[in-house]
Amino acid sequence: MNYRKLAKDYLWAALFLLFSIGSAFLGFKPGIAIFRNFNVFIIEVLTFLPLMFLLVGLFDVWVPKESIEKHIGRQSGLVGSLWVILLAMLQAGPLYAAFPVAYILSKKGASVRNIFVYLGAFSCLKLPLLTFEIGFLGFKFTLLRSLFTLPLFIVIGVLMEKILGKDYRVREGK
Amino acid sequence: MLLLIFFTLFSIILSLTVDARKTLVGFKRGMGMFFNLLPVLLVILIIVSALLYFIPQNTIVQFLGARSGILGVLIAALVGAIALIPPFIAFPLANILLAKGVGYGVVAVFITTLIMVGFVTLPIEIRYFGKKAAFWRNLLSFLAALIIGTLVGAFM
Repeated sequence: MNYRKLAKDYLWAALFLLFSIGSAFLGFKPGIAIFRNFNVFIIEVLTFLPLMFLLVGLFDVWVPKESIEKHIGRQSGLVGSLWVILLAMLQAGPLYAAFPVAYILSKKGASVRNIFVYLGAFSCLKLPLLTFEIGFLGFKFTLLRSLFTLPLFIVIGVLMEKILGKDYRVREGK
Repeated sequence: MLLLIFFTLFSIILSLTVDARKTLVGFKRGMGMFFNLLPVLLVILIIVSALLYFIPQNTIVQFLGARSGILGVLIAALVGAIALIPPFIAFPLANILLAKGVGYGVVAVFITTLIMVGFVTLPIEIRYFGKKAAFWRNLLSFLAALIIGTLVGAFM
């Protein structure tokens, strides 16, 4: 373990922790309020993301490249896009939780178009989000927004493939 | 969330029974990726937490409700693109906006840029996708959000 790198990586987090503890002791209200906000996010990050990454890791070792290439690769057409939309809809979490999944799909041979269709569907059509949206903004609003969004992020996928080229690959995120 | 825990546990057990060594490799790979991302993610979350405190909901509501027409739509799009507001705050906020008489189109643009465009999370996106892809994805999503908002506004 490289302690120097570790210290550098977590410097800001450590300072923030000190600031929060200090705020709690001194009753510094803004500090406490900011930590409360942070707490909501960090619970999500520390419960949700490790599981996502574990699944991505298992996916990496188990799923053969050929099957991904065949179903959502370059030759997959519209059915391939439907597969990634379905996958995205069944997920939850903030957009950055989709990036490692996009990486692993890309590594296994998913087409550039389908990678960005996946990101679009993940951000706009995931079921937990839709149920929430229906609750607050109504069924008609949610339905209309979803209907107009769907063709647009397919267009975005096609355009992204044109801009980046078919050989573009998502990186590991280092 | 419960479903994810269940599914992950199930996958791990299944994977372990078939091949323990392969499972370990997958584990290490997944966790390696997680700890690669964690430092930058923590910094971003600290910044967002502070921003949420310094820019309270009332201010956002007033800001978005102040203008109507094309300027209102553009302001909503920009605020949505820059802010990283979790859905459980964003949707109630959108509800308040509607109650204050802000148009459906403005609210739709705000929600769409909020979920599709991520200005604050750009450092993370660039790590995975590179500058070019991150720039174009966000730009195209921003334009798409304007179209979506206009259409929703027209049909509501």
